[in-house]
Amino acid sequence: MSQIFHPSFNTLSRASIFGAVFFVAGAVLLAGAIARSAYMTDAYVVREQPVPFSHKHHVGDIGLDCRYCHTSVETGSFAGIPPTKTCMNCHSQIWQDSEMLEPVRASYRNDKPLTWTRVHDLPDYVFFDHGIHVKKGVGCSTCHGRVDQMPLMWKEKSLLMEWCVDCHRDPARYVREPSKVFDMEWAPPRDQASAGKKLVADNKIRSLTSCSTCHR
Amino acid sequence: MTHPPKDARGAVRAALARKGGRELWRSLDELAGTPAFEQLLADEFPRQASEPMDAVSRRKFLGLMGASLALGGLSGCIKQPLETIVPYVRPPEQLVPGTPLFFATAATLGGYATGILVESHEGRPTKIEGNPDHPASLGAVDAFTQASILSLYDPDRSQVVTHDAQISTWDALLAELEAALAAAAQDKGARLRLLTGTVTSPTMARQLELFLARFPAARWHQYEPVNRDNSLAGARLAFGEPLSLLPRLDAADVILALDCDFLACGPGHIRATRDFAAKRQPVATGVPGNRLYALESSPSITGAKADHRLPLAPGRIAAFARHLARRLGIAAAGEPPALDEGEARWLDAIATDLTAQGRRGHTAILAGEQLPPAIHALVHAANEALGNFGSTLFAIPAVEHRPENQTESLRQLVTEMMSGTLDTVVVLGGNPVYDAPADLHFAEALSRVKRRFRFGLYEDETSAACQWHGPETHYLESWSDARAFDGTVSLVQPLIAPLYSGRSAHEVLAILGGQAGQSSHDLVKSHWKSQASPPDFEAWWQKALHDGLIRDSAPAQATPKSTLAKLDFPEDPGHGLELLFRADPTIYDGRFANNGWLQELPKPLTKLTWDNAALIAPATARKLGLASEDAVTIELDGRSVRAPVFIVPGHCEGALTLHLGYGRWQGGRSLAGAGFNAYALRSTAAPWNAGGARVGRTGERWELACTQLHQNMKGRDLVRVESPAQGNDHGHHAGGEGHHPSMYPPVPYPGYAWGMAIDLNSCVGCNSCVVACQSENNIPVVGKDQVIRGREMHWIRVDTYHEGPPENPRTYHQPVPCMHCENAPCEVVCPVGATSHSEEGLNDMAYNRCVGTKYCSNNCPYKVRRFNFLQYSDYETPSLKMLANPNVTVRSLGVMEKCTFCVQRINAGRIKAEKEDRRVTDGEIVSACQAACPAQAIVFGDVNDPASRVSRLKAQQRNYSLLEELNAKPRTTYLSTLLNPNPALTKG
Repeated sequence: MSQIFHPSFNTLSRASIFGAVFFVAGAVLLAGAIARSAYMTDAYVVREQPVPFSHKHHVGDIGLDCRYCHTSVETGSFAGIPPTKTCMNCHSQIWQDSEMLEPVRASYRNDKPLTWTRVHDLPDYVFFDHGIHVKKGVGCSTCHGRVDQMPLMWKEKSLLMEWCVDCHRDPARYVREPSKVFDMEWAPPRDQASAGKKLVADNKIRSLTSCSTCHR
Repeated sequence: MTHPPKDARGAVRAALARKGGRELWRSLDELAGTPAFEQLLADEFPRQASEPMDAVSRRKFLGLMGASLALGGLSGCIKQPLETIVPYVRPPEQLVPGTPLFFATAATLGGYATGILVESHEGRPTKIEGNPDHPASLGAVDAFTQASILSLYDPDRSQVVTHDAQISTWDALLAELEAALAAAAQDKGARLRLLTGTVTSPTMARQLELFLARFPAARWHQYEPVNRDNSLAGARLAFGEPLSLLPRLDAADVILALDCDFLACGPGHIRATRDFAAKRQPVATGVPGNRLYALESSPSITGAKADHRLPLAPGRIAAFARHLARRLGIAAAGEPPALDEGEARWLDAIATDLTAQGRRGHTAILAGEQLPPAIHALVHAANEALGNFGSTLFAIPAVEHRPENQTESLRQLVTEMMSGTLDTVVVLGGNPVYDAPADLHFAEALSRVKRRFRFGLYEDETSAACQWHGPETHYLESWSDARAFDGTVSLVQPLIAPLYSGRSAHEVLAILGGQAGQSSHDLVKSHWKSQASPPDFEAWWQKALHDGLIRDSAPAQATPKSTLAKLDFPEDPGHGLELLFRADPTIYDGRFANNGWLQELPKPLTKLTWDNAALIAPATARKLGLASEDAVTIELDGRSVRAPVFIVPGHCEGALTLHLGYGRWQGGRSLAGAGFNAYALRSTAAPWNAGGARVGRTGERWELACTQLHQNMKGRDLVRVESPAQGNDHGHHAGGEGHHPSMYPPVPYPGYAWGMAIDLNSCVGCNSCVVACQSENNIPVVGKDQVIRGREMHWIRVDTYHEGPPENPRTYHQPVPCMHCENAPCEVVCPVGATSHSEEGLNDMAYNRCVGTKYCSNNCPYKVRRFNFLQYSDYETPSLKMLANPNVTVRSLGVMEKCTFCVQRINAGRIKAEKEDRRVTDGEIVSACQAACPAQAIVFGDVNDPASRVSRLKAQQRNYSLLEELNAKPRTTYLSTLLNPNPALTKG
């Protein structure tokens, strides 16, 4: 009876066993890369909104403070989306005939709220508190990017857990003076390593990595 | 499939004879040590799917596991759906999105108010807490009141007007009602009648007077199935007027409760619990500050807390009371039937204790509502003789508007209805078709009335018997006011606009009284504008709303004087089998029958859920040849019901306790098929205790969902009791914790270290903590079938232990939340790291990591973990979504969950403190169970701070850990319970 497998199959099988290791490793790496990709995390994706609100114009050009609209960012867990009233504070006076702002005026007129699409949307099992991050010197731009340069809003970071934990493990790399939290142009100084350590000590910043810090 | 056999009493007696000293047991089967009970202990979740132990199914199981693991990984690839954000148009004052607001209002039960604070998230009420300023609450709240928030969102609530069961409109109803009133005006309302429950609301009282002034010949009747007829009649006999007696139990050294469950029933029971527990604190080492005697027919939590408890039939309790009154020199006691030897010994001991040197004015005798008026009058006289009036008991005029004998009131109404002369009847609230005494034939009488209007929260039995039904608003949707047990007026303000088209009772009464068109806000506010005349009414009104009560609105408390004429004592009905009708400990008189939280709340002592049962003493059951879960027919005066039997240790002999409120047939989904209707046997002549019943066996079985043996920790010195007379029977004194070596390296907790101490000496087993936890932590209801399988989800349970003979055991309660062990056995066995330790010593549970192996629950010696076997949380019903606490994850199928020490409150408290650059102060963070506890038995705090309350409690001698020998180092510890027995009764 002739043999079923040609002797060259020995080499082939060795090669495929060897190759399988790389294949599996490659597949795992690929899966990881896909999971982190903007395709999955929706980072840099601009969402359609009822009004094409430009942070670039309002923050970058006019120089509004973040807290003019996001009023509860220091006090509450939720930074706050401005009520229509806040828009109308100015837009009852300027651009009051603008076609683009008609949904805002309609909302105010009819007492019907605007419905925005969430750009930064954490999963429902994650509980985040803006107030304490602001208090401890985590700047707006650290997580939200240069909002003052975004004509339409997108998400700058992945908001994956590894991204949160990266800072929670070693906040010294990211924190700034609490007075600079709302400074859009802040960039880490050359001595962030040592300045950060000092800030962590001065502001009693703790590295909180317990599950219940965010999950409950 | 395990369920212990029902009849093990022979073995019980044998087991008891063998055992000596202090032995705790949870059920008669445990006491007998039946093999089935041992099996129950061995099963983690009794009656769950059988474990895959044979080879083939094991292989298949592993295959399935592998597949689900692979698929489980894939689920991580699903992208999050888009969500929207909807800001306000004009922001409401004070409201910060994501930060709850609290509003003061009041909840009523049977007419009496308890002040509450309601947590509101962006305009939706989610949680009820006590109002610390309110005299009936002092910050605590009972299970009924907390669960009432579920009724607000109950999807089965009546939502529309109906006419002959067809959907109609308010306009049509009001047109019909106005027509009826116009017709009634012809004869001044001679054929118009109004039926309500007890009214304490000053605004409503004024409206009723307006109604009666408009229709002078009309009558207003009032009826509550759990009423105060006997105590008011007793007060009339003793004082000539219907006074309410307010006990001050924090001043009473010796309390005698005569069939009086003052810790669980009646107006002011939350306050009574607080005062009792405060006085119960040890004065010297190991001696509590008061002594409680309880004589009772049906086991209650008051009896369980008593230092001495004697089960007696109601007739014997009355006889005992008369003997005691005679001892105290009260001639009106007459010639009572003789006491037997044991009772006489008790009488001697109690009379001596009550009249001992220095006790004058420091005792209290409390009579239960079930006792006849003459006994209430005697008890008043006895208290007066003991000098208690003006020191432990104070009198105020009855809080109710026009207090009257409600049974008589209802009887008059029924007589008139039967005669067919009535034209219009308006039933406002209540549910008389279901809960009126059976001998009145209320439904038949009602059908003879031409026009029948009904306003209620549910479309229930009474609605079905009326042509018109109008939905009433829930108290969290409307304005009102009400008086508390001591007469303090609370304002009731709405937390949310009416969810459906409901109208409040005030608005309905406004139509009857000729004030049509006024809103309940206008009615309440204008009433107080006419009553109070402060210089600045608006400021006064705002302050009253803010505080939740009107200051100094309680009547002055007086020292009454009793004058007893000759009293008529009813014959002892205790011949043959007696039936004892009692309000249900969880669904009350049936008004909460559709409330899943209360239906699934294990009843104190019996631990039954989703059913009532005919409770019976072991000896009586033996005599009648009955076992638990036997279906029987109970017959009384030619009426009969089919009911399950449940044997309860410590029940009086020759009697069956039937809890009211079950066996309803209309008004929601949750109440369907639960229990049997005890009202069908209740009569006007004997509303509480009726003799001459007959029990017939049907040979069938009625399965009951009893949680008593679920989550069993298998004995091992769980409840520690100290008694000065007997010393500590448990060998090692509490507090003397041994130090066990550990192979784990010690973990430092440099910041906060959260811990809890539960004082068993204060705990009365009222269940308030269980509902508080359910409400705070979005705990789902699972249903009777799942409870039978041991799958109830409560994060804190109240374990009940008995000690001594089944005829009259001592009973202990022990609330058991997660112990948050420092060496947590659950953490080391989790294959995915879903449960781990926090920096502050919490045993965390990350639901989104959990894959449902249940290893942690298997390895938990305290049995505090709960698994979502099915999708228990309701993701679908829109109204129930509004109920959820937004700060706690709503769990889904397949994950483990357990007590978190209310980590959402800890995080909120820590963040608040850090924002203010300070440490969390002691008492700033309060767990939900602690906040609700009327006895203040639960204390939570930082054990790193030696000055904190929890640290000071843990430093006491009485402090001990459960299953300390396992060296799990639980952060939750217990303080042993204390007894203060009378040596005269412990001897021999």
